[in-house]
Amino acid sequence: MLAVTIPYWGQTIIKLGTVLVIIPVGGLLIGYVFLLKMMAHMQSRLGPMEPGGFHGWYQNIGDALKFIQKEDIVPAQADKWVFSLAPYVVVISTFLLYLVIPAGPDAVISDLKVGVFYSLAVGSISVIGILMAGWGSANKYSLMGSLRAAGQLIAYELPLVLAVIGVIIQAGSMNLNQIVKAQESQQLFGLNVGGVPYIATQFVGFVIFMIAAQAELTQAPFDMPVAESELVTGYMTEYSGFRFLSFFLGEVASAFALSAIAATLFLGGWYVPLPHGILSGDNIFNVAGPLILAAKIFFISFLIFWVRFSYPRLREDQLQTIAWKYLIPISLLNIMATAVLKVVF
Amino acid sequence: MPLPKAPESVSRIVGGLTGGMKVTIKELFQPNQTEQYPKERYAPPTRARGVIALKEENCTACMLCSRSCPDWCIYIEGHKDKAPARREGGKPRTVQVLDRFDIDYSLCMYCGICVEVCPFDALFWSPEFEYSEVNIADLLHDKTRLGEWNQTVPEKLELEVGADKKKK
Amino acid sequence: MTATINPGMAETSFSPNSPEQIKQAAYIAGQAADMRINVELETGGMTVNLGPQHPATHGTLRIIARLDGEQVISCEPVMGYMHRGYEKLAEVRTYPQITTLINRIDWLGSFANEVPFIAAAEELMGVQAPDRAQHIRTILFEMSRVGHIILFLGDLGVQLGAITPVFFAFRDREHVLNQIEAATGGRFHPNFNRIGGLKDDLPKGWIAESKVCMEKCLAFCDTIEELLFGNLIFQKRTRGVGVITPEKALDFGLSGANLRASGVDWDLRRDGHLPLAWNKTDFKVITHPDGDAFARCWVRLQETREACKIVNQLLDTLPAGPIMAKVPRIIKVPAGETYVSTENPLGEMGYHVVSQGGLGPFRVKIRSASFNNMSIAPWLMKGVYVPDIVTILASLYFILGDIDR
Repeated sequence: MLAVTIPYWGQTIIKLGTVLVIIPVGGLLIGYVFLLKMMAHMQSRLGPMEPGGFHGWYQNIGDALKFIQKEDIVPAQADKWVFSLAPYVVVISTFLLYLVIPAGPDAVISDLKVGVFYSLAVGSISVIGILMAGWGSANKYSLMGSLRAAGQLIAYELPLVLAVIGVIIQAGSMNLNQIVKAQESQQLFGLNVGGVPYIATQFVGFVIFMIAAQAELTQAPFDMPVAESELVTGYMTEYSGFRFLSFFLGEVASAFALSAIAATLFLGGWYVPLPHGILSGDNIFNVAGPLILAAKIFFISFLIFWVRFSYPRLREDQLQTIAWKYLIPISLLNIMATAVLKVVF
Repeated sequence: MPLPKAPESVSRIVGGLTGGMKVTIKELFQPNQTEQYPKERYAPPTRARGVIALKEENCTACMLCSRSCPDWCIYIEGHKDKAPARREGGKPRTVQVLDRFDIDYSLCMYCGICVEVCPFDALFWSPEFEYSEVNIADLLHDKTRLGEWNQTVPEKLELEVGADKKKK
Repeated sequence: MTATINPGMAETSFSPNSPEQIKQAAYIAGQAADMRINVELETGGMTVNLGPQHPATHGTLRIIARLDGEQVISCEPVMGYMHRGYEKLAEVRTYPQITTLINRIDWLGSFANEVPFIAAAEELMGVQAPDRAQHIRTILFEMSRVGHIILFLGDLGVQLGAITPVFFAFRDREHVLNQIEAATGGRFHPNFNRIGGLKDDLPKGWIAESKVCMEKCLAFCDTIEELLFGNLIFQKRTRGVGVITPEKALDFGLSGANLRASGVDWDLRRDGHLPLAWNKTDFKVITHPDGDAFARCWVRLQETREACKIVNQLLDTLPAGPIMAKVPRIIKVPAGETYVSTENPLGEMGYHVVSQGGLGPFRVKIRSASFNNMSIAPWLMKGVYVPDIVTILASLYFILGDIDR
């Protein structure tokens, strides 16, 4: 516990500052490691090597700075207000996700009792932003892209939510910190091994969550809205400069945030079983928690991007078929099975 | 040839989906094959058509290369001159003197017809390719510059087994 | 100012001399240019232009698609943005100069473009290239086929959304290009065929290196089969999409893998009477009964494997001898006309050469495979979804230089 009490406005400023720093850093780091470097090595090339000297670490930061100083172009026939506000709606939906992610027992911006519900609800605000972007661009390609995106994102909200309900049933709470503590105290066949992450018992839920997360992030194989070979970036076609940067940041920051939520729900979040003694206790996890969570985030992001680079994209109707005909029934069965097993055991 | 079956069984579906991921993850750990130009430069093959070198002493300004160029990018000017006689008391010889021999590399399409057609072996291919300019007018290489490329012309290659030994 | 809208009918020329008439002339000209769109009386649907600048089309091809939501009502390819006037150029060039230019028609399988033209000229002259030259011609022809289809397989991935195979394709195509460069001097534009044989013999060590190169290409075929073809998503995107029946394929004049994927067993290497060395090798002609996009892609993959095997066989049995027949220094092809076509990587490419005994031909007509392959597009793309347009175009496989010449 802290030795000095900080007034509420002080706390707000610290929390705001943390979020505003973590989001670009986390997003750009994910973008650099996975999108630039890992993709390059998987494709038998090197990725950025020059900017900053050592393996081009400065590439993403340089890109961000470049985008900030570009000319502000709004198409002549575009709906000015809708066009301008669309990227900010998408970005705000991403930023709000970071408020509930726990990086330690006390290192959480806002420890909501309905954390999981809040994060999933807030993640769906981006659909409005995408529709605004597509309509406000006054461009047929953008309109087609955003309509596809709207259909896809709404369809995959359901499996995302249903996959998580199994976890909630097992943990008995919607508070993210409680879920981590429930994984900490879960026993493996009656043996106390220091906690079992929910990926072991909710494997089906994990797979469904990852597929739905892939679709929520409009990554391949679900990247119809941004199908480069047909629609030339879809709903983002008319955006350039700072607005495009906002979309890009929204995408990578969402990847970071969704990976964090998946890590918290299925992999145990900031908790790692440490031997008893001096290495346990809340204070240790307040300091080491963010690093542990970062490692788990990187693992989940690795899975997301690995699938992205390996698969071709699905057609829109096939996409919807998978969501409605396969993922939702399977996740409902998963919920039923979890509920039955929870009551029985 | 047996036709490929559609993946209908679950095992084949999952096998197909994970097969692709195995390929990419294997590639992640393979050594990289990118040549980081300009820090690493791999030499092109000996016969690569990079630039044309002119051996001025062999050229007689016969204009064959200039006429056979598909792009008409070779500009030749010459005049007849008197050279001293070979023997004492003989007639002075008329020789062709080359005034101007320019190749415009902004037009040249590197086909090699000029090198092939030259009856006096005055033009040679060289694999040198790093001569890009900022000004497009600088891509017109004059006689002196074409003569400098002679240093980069490689030796004639040894031929493969079974090739005819007699070369024209 | 005289504006003739239809130059064939002199009576319809009309000379506007007032501003309104000038405006009317411009309006009519504009309407005539886009006649296909405006004459249609359909009121519903959104007209979308794919191209001419577009990542999906292999070059400057414009597709005017009328859409109803995500479904295509009609689709019209507009070709000609890359017309370079090859047939006109050939009228005022000599044979060696034309050989240089025609490399650039199908720029990926560049060696294969020269062969039918040179074969036609040799036929008119009555000259037979020596055995070694025919062998090496066939080796380089099949190698350019391998390089070409490797790029197709990589590009197929990109069109469908898989961004990884294309990098493997370019990396493995480099091996083929290095081999072609070692022998001919040019990676993309070899300019190696001459009337009567080839320009040069092979450099030392080329045969062993080419064998290694073919190993790598076979390994690439295996990789792409695992990465792309075995994938459920790829199969769902391509099976049953763009089905062409054998009768329709023959009606539209398709050729090459497009024809064989509809079940028609026709391969000019086996059925045509060409002077090159294919009849000395043992290779299979691969067909597929389905005729959909998957069949076309699969047939091309197997053809690449067969081409690697052909190259290996020919490298083993390369005869010794001269590389060039006895031809005069200045070549004048006697009068006559002939048509020679070969099984190029894209399909059947043929040259109808009319000579009147000069340094260059009188007229050359180029029959390119992609022009006919594209002609089936409007018929094929009725009622498909927008993503399927790209799948169908990717599987039909054309090169813009080949369509437009």
